[in-house]
Amino acid sequence: MSGAFRTARGGLVDRDRPLRFRFDGVEYEGLQGDTLASALLANGVHHVASSIRLGRPRGVFAAGVEEPNALVQIEEPFPEPMLPATTVELYDGLVARGLRGRGRLADRPDPARYDATHAHCDVLVVGAGPAGLAAAAVAASSGARVIVVDDQPRPGGSLLGAAEHLDWVASVAGGLRAAPEVRLLTRTTAFGYYDDNHVVAVERRTNHLGAQAPAHRSRERVWRIRARHVVLATGAHERSLAFADNDRPGVMLAGAAQTYLRRYGVRPGRRAVVLTTNDSAYAVARDLHAAGVEIAAVADLRDSPGAGRAPHGAELLPGWAVAGVTGADRISAVTLRRLAGGAFTGPELRLDADLLLVSGGWNPVGALYGQAGGRLAYDDGLGAFRPDGGCRQALEVAGSVAGTYTLKGCLAEGAAAGARAAEATGFRPGEPDLPETADPEVTPGVAVWTLPGDPATSLVDLQRDVTVADIARATGTGMRSAEHVKRYTTAGTAHDQGRTSGTLTSGIVAEMLGVNVGDLGTTTFRPPYAPVSFAALAGRDRGMRFDPVRVTALHAWHVAAGALFENVGQWKRPWYYPRDGEDMAAAVLRECRAAREGVAMMDASTLGKIDVRGADAAVFLDRLYTNMISTLKPGAIRYGVMCRPDGMVLDDGTVIRLAEDRFLVTTTTGNAAVILDWMEEWLQTEWPQLRVYCTSVTEQWATVALVGPESREVLASLAPGLDVSRDGFGFMTWRDTTVAGLDARVCRISFSGELAYEINVSWWDALALWEALAERGITPYGTQTMHVLRAEKGYPIIGQDTDGTVTPHDLGLGWAVSRTKADFIGKRSFTRTDTARTDRKQLVGLLPDGGELLPEGAHLVAAAEPPLTALGHVTSSYHSAALGRTFALALIEGGRDLVGRTVWATLDDGLAPVTITGAVLYDPEGARRDG
Amino acid sequence: MADRNFRHSPLEGFSSGGAVAMSEVPFLAQINLRLDPAGPAAAAVGKDLGVALPRRGGTSATSGDVSVLWLGPDEWLVVGPPGAETRLTALLESAAGAAHASVVDVSAQRTAVALRGPRVRELLALGCSLDLHPRVFGVGDCAQTMLAHAPVVVWRRESEFWILVRASFAGHLAAWLEDAGIEFTVRD
Repeated sequence: MSGAFRTARGGLVDRDRPLRFRFDGVEYEGLQGDTLASALLANGVHHVASSIRLGRPRGVFAAGVEEPNALVQIEEPFPEPMLPATTVELYDGLVARGLRGRGRLADRPDPARYDATHAHCDVLVVGAGPAGLAAAAVAASSGARVIVVDDQPRPGGSLLGAAEHLDWVASVAGGLRAAPEVRLLTRTTAFGYYDDNHVVAVERRTNHLGAQAPAHRSRERVWRIRARHVVLATGAHERSLAFADNDRPGVMLAGAAQTYLRRYGVRPGRRAVVLTTNDSAYAVARDLHAAGVEIAAVADLRDSPGAGRAPHGAELLPGWAVAGVTGADRISAVTLRRLAGGAFTGPELRLDADLLLVSGGWNPVGALYGQAGGRLAYDDGLGAFRPDGGCRQALEVAGSVAGTYTLKGCLAEGAAAGARAAEATGFRPGEPDLPETADPEVTPGVAVWTLPGDPATSLVDLQRDVTVADIARATGTGMRSAEHVKRYTTAGTAHDQGRTSGTLTSGIVAEMLGVNVGDLGTTTFRPPYAPVSFAALAGRDRGMRFDPVRVTALHAWHVAAGALFENVGQWKRPWYYPRDGEDMAAAVLRECRAAREGVAMMDASTLGKIDVRGADAAVFLDRLYTNMISTLKPGAIRYGVMCRPDGMVLDDGTVIRLAEDRFLVTTTTGNAAVILDWMEEWLQTEWPQLRVYCTSVTEQWATVALVGPESREVLASLAPGLDVSRDGFGFMTWRDTTVAGLDARVCRISFSGELAYEINVSWWDALALWEALAERGITPYGTQTMHVLRAEKGYPIIGQDTDGTVTPHDLGLGWAVSRTKADFIGKRSFTRTDTARTDRKQLVGLLPDGGELLPEGAHLVAAAEPPLTALGHVTSSYHSAALGRTFALALIEGGRDLVGRTVWATLDDGLAPVTITGAVLYDPEGARRDG
Repeated sequence: MADRNFRHSPLEGFSSGGAVAMSEVPFLAQINLRLDPAGPAAAAVGKDLGVALPRRGGTSATSGDVSVLWLGPDEWLVVGPPGAETRLTALLESAAGAAHASVVDVSAQRTAVALRGPRVRELLALGCSLDLHPRVFGVGDCAQTMLAHAPVVVWRRESEFWILVRASFAGHLAAWLEDAGIEFTVRD
């Protein structure tokens, strides 16, 4: 038996599939098709949680995503915090417990897969209730690509709760599922509506399977949907009203009680009192009565309920209201009294009851409409806010979200909206097939926000424990805006986003201020409409898939050689190659020594490479670089510096002239895409008359730097056709030749001060070249050694020794700034007063007196005693094999005039004296570059 | 011409089965071409290639074993069979003549991954925001876009999709594709 309160028959649960679950340590049984909430109610469990601030016992209040009370923590099969029990589909083996406001995240990694996908459609229908299904059926009949999303496990919406027209639902859903261009996504909540009809939804794909969820299938999937037209059929949520002890377990929204009965086959209590402001609760009362729930009375806040018919045996009390609720963990009695002129009057009527069903009216679910940029306007007839019809996006609103509460009206509106959406996207819809429905007589409801009683126990926002007294305190301090009251009281800020309380809050504030609730308005709707797990948002973009890892053609070799890697932008670059027992310092000293004393090689393939071609290529490069490029001869290479218009260094690299109209320029590793974009921007926006085309060739070529005094002999042996002599192959020239049997372009460039070559071959040939060099026992080195070698020579690294506030002159690269060119990017800024100052921070060398390895970023101060005047900071710092000591590069105010002076570096444990030197510490006369 | 046996493609040996089959198409000849689409060089190139340079964004044109993919208003990628890069470069340079044009061999810059199977679009949608529905993205259509956070050219061919991916991103993309394929290796 799946609970004492289960009806003998009926409901959309499978009575042949019992499910065992545990809640708050007690074993229960439910049925396939239950939610955790319906299964608990079937077992007579109402008190499932307690409130966050006041600790008041709380029961199941609603039957869907709007639930503010029944928050649970899932413990097994995998911990998940703060789920409304009304949205947890029951599965076998579920273990959960009630929460007081906060849950806990799992203390272990979630083994489930999560992912995200993109979808495009002509018509997106949000909500598969009567209006949404009618819209979807009509739109689908047109041949348009249609997506329908609905948060429930099956389509039907309010028809599920009413258990009406389910054959029509099944027939429409079957048609949608069979249509090739239609996708019906159940268990999918649209939670964000952004510009250009970009709607984001989350699909819960395997959560309902518990431990049986297949591992290969993602548990939750984020759908990023781009729709040409949207139909919002998001329905309405019932609301309560504020009265004393209106949060006691056993107090439930009337419509929810009907859903529990008809959809889940659960009687939510034995004897009920109904409190209503409108017609909708009457059908609930009759249904419950027919199912054996005694209805003690119906208190209708309207003086003339009109069409309202109470079930047989129930007292109908027009103009009466709830004056008191008895019972803390579960109500046991309800006291009713006549309400006149805003005050109770006459005798009390105390009725035994374990259920108090409340309907304070219905709120159209306008959150997505609001997110889409639409406004919700107050409709006096509805007593609620509804979409005003003026949204800037291509959307339709249909059904109860539009304030249409009859089934007939919802179906008709849905069909019309589906037709309009299809037509708007160029399709011709067919005729709708809608079920026959009655057209009941309707008596308008009244909007009542509060009843007389203790304001400190009259709850407005159940999840945040905000009471009428709290709101009075807010308005009492002078707050006049719904937004201010929301922030002050936190009403509407809980994870239910005030679904049942938002309009109520506005109503109460308006009442207290004596203003029209329509003038006060709603608070702002923001995504997400319902909580979305971070795991779902992260999807598969975790670990190595968070950001692409770029590798060179030699990566596998580096890995096999035991290299450690450094991240440079998205690239993995070998950092150093430790041999047995070596630490980083030892490995780098060995690699440096090989480069300075023998021969070593480095994978330099990550450098950005751009082919620049056209009759105006030289003119173009003259404008981009600070130095003169046009005078470069074909066959020659020049180092170049680029600045931004403000005169600060942007990038540097080499420029190779391949022919009169053809150059190959290199960029720093991290700037390859930036510089190509930079070039295109200037060509396309400022100098469209220049005949220049730029093409990235970064990965066309693999580059190996061959460095050291013995590099010439190595190259000579591998490239027998190449004249490698000092005069035959001069510094800063290039040759096309064959190296190790491979087509190669060899450049005589040095980033270490040593005799060195950069050998470029096709990316496909890189491994063949590298292995040919490795066979000769050449020491591979990584980026750390490269840094040491270049720093010993005072060569700056853009992005390490610069930070966007450094000019070429600051770096000592004034020689690379042309004085003769008419113009180049940044030129004008060099005459600005501040840029021309002589006491700007300048790049210098540092020798720590005590031999410390200074931390990069360490501040440098003028004296060891206060005041500690800051002069600059360390930009690079290393052990040097060649110098036999530590050294550093630093940017120091007026640094070039301070050579020989002692300044102080700030370390964790005090100050260390360091001596300023020129930036070039090794081979300052440049004798080694020619071997 | 150097010995080709030394060559290694970025995804050497990559292939994967399931409802989406994946494999590398290595060593394609690829030439980046830039010139004025309205100028005489464009016409001359079209004549010599045997197919006019496509002028409509996101489309390609094919003649025999050579295809031309539109990459931008004045930029195309000429794709041919392995080994054709020297011939194609010479053909394009000669056709362009003295006109302002750029012909750059980028054959090794990108490799290609072929994807085929009934669920290939579903798989691509997991990492690509473009609409690849046949009504929108037909045979021959191509686009420069992002897939799995990597810049790629997506090219729909007769019975498969080709993803042209830069060599440095190829390993990342292959790993991403294999992982994405997990759902499609098991029949639901």
